[in-house]
Amino acid sequence: MIGSSEKLSDLSYVNHPVPKVDSESLVTGKAVYTNDLAPSDCLIVKLVRSPHAHALIQEIDTARAEAVPGIVCVLTYKDCPDKRFTLAGQTYPEASPYDRLILDRRMRFVGDAAAIVAGVSEEAVKKAVKLVRIKYEVLEPVLDFRKAKDNPILVHPEDNWRSLCNVGADNKRNLCAHGECGEGDIDAVIDSCDYVVDRVYHTKANQQAMMETFRTYTYLDTYGRLNVVSSTQVPFHIRRILGNALDIPKHKIRVIKPRIGGGFGAKQTSVSEIYPAIVTWKTGRPAKIIFTREESLTASSPRHEMEMHVRVGADKEGRIRGIDLHTLSNTGAFGEHGPTTVGLSGHKSIPLYGRTDAFRFTYDVVYTNVMSSGAYRGYGATQGIFAVESAVNELAEKMGMDPTVLREKNLVREGQVMPAYYNERTDSCALDRCLARAKEMIDWDRKYPCYDCGNGKVRGVGVAMAMQGSGISHVDTGSVAIKVNDDGFYSLMVGATDMGTGCDTILAQMAAECLECSMDDIIVHGVDTDISPYDTGSYASSTTYVTGMAVVKTCETLREKICATGAGYLGCSVEDVQFDGVNVTNLKTGESISRKEIGNKVMCFSNEALSASEAFSSPTSPPPFMAGIAEVEIDKETGTVEMVDYAAVVDCGTVVNPALARVQVEGGIAQGIGMALFEDIVYNEKGKNYSNSFMQYKIPSRLDVGKIRVEFESSYEPTGPFGAKSIGEIVINTPAPAISNAVQNAAGVIVRELPITAEKVYWGMKENAKE
Amino acid sequence: MEVRFILNQKQVAVDAAPDAVLMNVLRDLGCKSVKCGCETTNCGLCTVWIDGKSRLSCSVLAAGVEGHEVTTLEGVEQEAEEFGRFLAKEGAEQCGFCSPGFIMNVLAMMREYEEKAEKSGRASDAVPDVEEIKEYLAGNLCRCTGYMGQLRAIQNYMAEKKMTGENVPEKKEVRA
Repeated sequence: MIGSSEKLSDLSYVNHPVPKVDSESLVTGKAVYTNDLAPSDCLIVKLVRSPHAHALIQEIDTARAEAVPGIVCVLTYKDCPDKRFTLAGQTYPEASPYDRLILDRRMRFVGDAAAIVAGVSEEAVKKAVKLVRIKYEVLEPVLDFRKAKDNPILVHPEDNWRSLCNVGADNKRNLCAHGECGEGDIDAVIDSCDYVVDRVYHTKANQQAMMETFRTYTYLDTYGRLNVVSSTQVPFHIRRILGNALDIPKHKIRVIKPRIGGGFGAKQTSVSEIYPAIVTWKTGRPAKIIFTREESLTASSPRHEMEMHVRVGADKEGRIRGIDLHTLSNTGAFGEHGPTTVGLSGHKSIPLYGRTDAFRFTYDVVYTNVMSSGAYRGYGATQGIFAVESAVNELAEKMGMDPTVLREKNLVREGQVMPAYYNERTDSCALDRCLARAKEMIDWDRKYPCYDCGNGKVRGVGVAMAMQGSGISHVDTGSVAIKVNDDGFYSLMVGATDMGTGCDTILAQMAAECLECSMDDIIVHGVDTDISPYDTGSYASSTTYVTGMAVVKTCETLREKICATGAGYLGCSVEDVQFDGVNVTNLKTGESISRKEIGNKVMCFSNEALSASEAFSSPTSPPPFMAGIAEVEIDKETGTVEMVDYAAVVDCGTVVNPALARVQVEGGIAQGIGMALFEDIVYNEKGKNYSNSFMQYKIPSRLDVGKIRVEFESSYEPTGPFGAKSIGEIVINTPAPAISNAVQNAAGVIVRELPITAEKVYWGMKENAKE
Repeated sequence: MEVRFILNQKQVAVDAAPDAVLMNVLRDLGCKSVKCGCETTNCGLCTVWIDGKSRLSCSVLAAGVEGHEVTTLEGVEQEAEEFGRFLAKEGAEQCGFCSPGFIMNVLAMMREYEEKAEKSGRASDAVPDVEEIKEYLAGNLCRCTGYMGQLRAIQNYMAEKKMTGENVPEKKEVRA
């Protein structure tokens, strides 16, 4: 089979740092993003947002707003279908509950949409937004997620709330999901351990903060269909979501994805599409919405806040015998990705340890009156790994053992079955090599645990490991189509969405490799739901692995067809020909016909299209693995933590494009550094979000990340294209626990609630000094 | 009100409201490379040059550039392409949304250091060290790359431009 047996050194495109196919237009600032492409006559759409965390609209008066010159419509809940849906971009039937309306009478967080205003100019709409008069019945909100479950105040008391899947949800208990799983008698195992750590860790909601905020424009086409151009990771899911939201048939909707200015999971939720869509559907006029940064930070889809109770036990020799994890996840006002993210907090953390006698993983996901959570790179694994890896680091300290040595004794190895990962076996795993190399890179044995710099500062090193998946097993589906055109050039059509990650490029690399042609011979077409073959979308680390395999399968089929067509023109049997990427040659006679000639010939007197389309879906989700080691510098006077160095070693199987993969890792680590040290969504006691700009919500600048050094230790994944696994998400998982461990080793302070601010470290050091 | 200025070497006259922000006016004039990322002057995406110096076009009124010279990425396309190739080689343009503002500031930095070297007569002044690069570009946020690839691109670009064949120093030695 193509893509499975080649030696890496024999490959012409795969495993090479090919520049992105769209790089030239990106670096010269061409008009390729949603707002650059929107027609100038689009109606401007803005939202009236709730000032209350929990309230019911009693009266809503739009007359004065509608009277503003240039205003075309003001829509309220009375104008919207009363059928609930979810904005989560997931495969149907979605695990996320159907708990949304386009506009609702009940306001569930500060910033919830109360009315939609559309008009011909920005000024008119801004003015009209202020003139919509709303009388609210203000209700008491549920703001503490620890008190949400079975609270008498319900976030979703409505009767038409519905959960399509059996995820343990119950809106009458503020419960978005509940679950438990395990193996062995965890209580007995923990009770019989020589060393046990029993701790609670807390990770906050974090913003993806992609540079391009949420945005969409819509228009009706020649056929009266709703066309939607949107900055999204999930065009096909958007088609379904809009069909549900507007209560119109899906065939009335077309979704197009242009270039996207970053997503990181944020755009796996349909945050902005419904608003211009309903305006265009009602008025027949083109419309666009551009979220401000403030809206993107206050009414969006951040990471789920989670509180995790971990118990880890080991015997005297340092064998980790049991892990018990309970996760409480805060989904906020709506349930987008609530039931699914929580699962990864256990399923992608516990299996890192391969020799346990028992494990247990239980969880609750609750509704509260803060902005809804969503998908953010790592998708729950990031939170769970912070908790479990931090607990293992505390266990090491309790045992007086080097945390890397404790891991070397316990980490999952190739060929092991992982009970906490659906009993999948690791057919490709270089985690042991990743950890060994990361230790060398940082010079661990010399620096551990810390060294004093002599200037009031101390430097420490800390470690963590991580895993993720490669697509969602039994669910994610990628299909690909390739056709041969005149002169023999290929069109590669994919439904996977390049959001800057470079999937248009790496999929073309794979196709060029399989078809033995130049990258220039392949044109890639991004996503248009009218034209592209179906793909679940770019999330869950699926594109390289799932859609990549679909490329390989499609190329195999196409090669067979090219051989058959060529043999037909040569007048010989298909068994006698060979295709070398340029010519189909009759091996018996030496006679040949070129791909160019074939491409031109099939356009005349032909009864068969020279194209192929295949799909791929996997029964497994092979995990990539990585080890990360942080070196931090702490000011002993102030507690300020500064990044010095970060050594990361990743096993993503075969690296399809070393340049793009490296930048994925570096970027993920920088985001993880932000999560570890600065990023925090802060609400006041009434539920107002204070973190509403880049002044209040600090993301790392280039002065904050220190040095990030990345290497790859590749395994070979037999079920992946060219041996590849995923890379996109795993890379955000190690910084928080590794940095926390470095602070622990340098200052003796363990911060169990992110972010690790100077203030927390300072008070920790004070406390230590007292003892 | 009518505002006249030079945009990318061409004289333009626009009818702009007194409170019109330069960023929006430039986009309306077709300079779509100018992006908005934050509205609070934190991100650097809207960086353009006014009379050759980097400015955030989101915090400048259009009326304020009357009689001045404004340059956007569209006006330095050749240089952008040249540096952009180094960026693309590292895969460090990623989503590309912050690239125009970033590239404008990189090119401004290069020019500023060259001028400095011309004035001082010391060739070494033409090359900023790593610390200086980070400092100069601190206002250009990027959420995709973690900044390392951008730095590699700058170092490789400078090495080729200056034809020194040497790497950019981490930190210059302190001169007396």
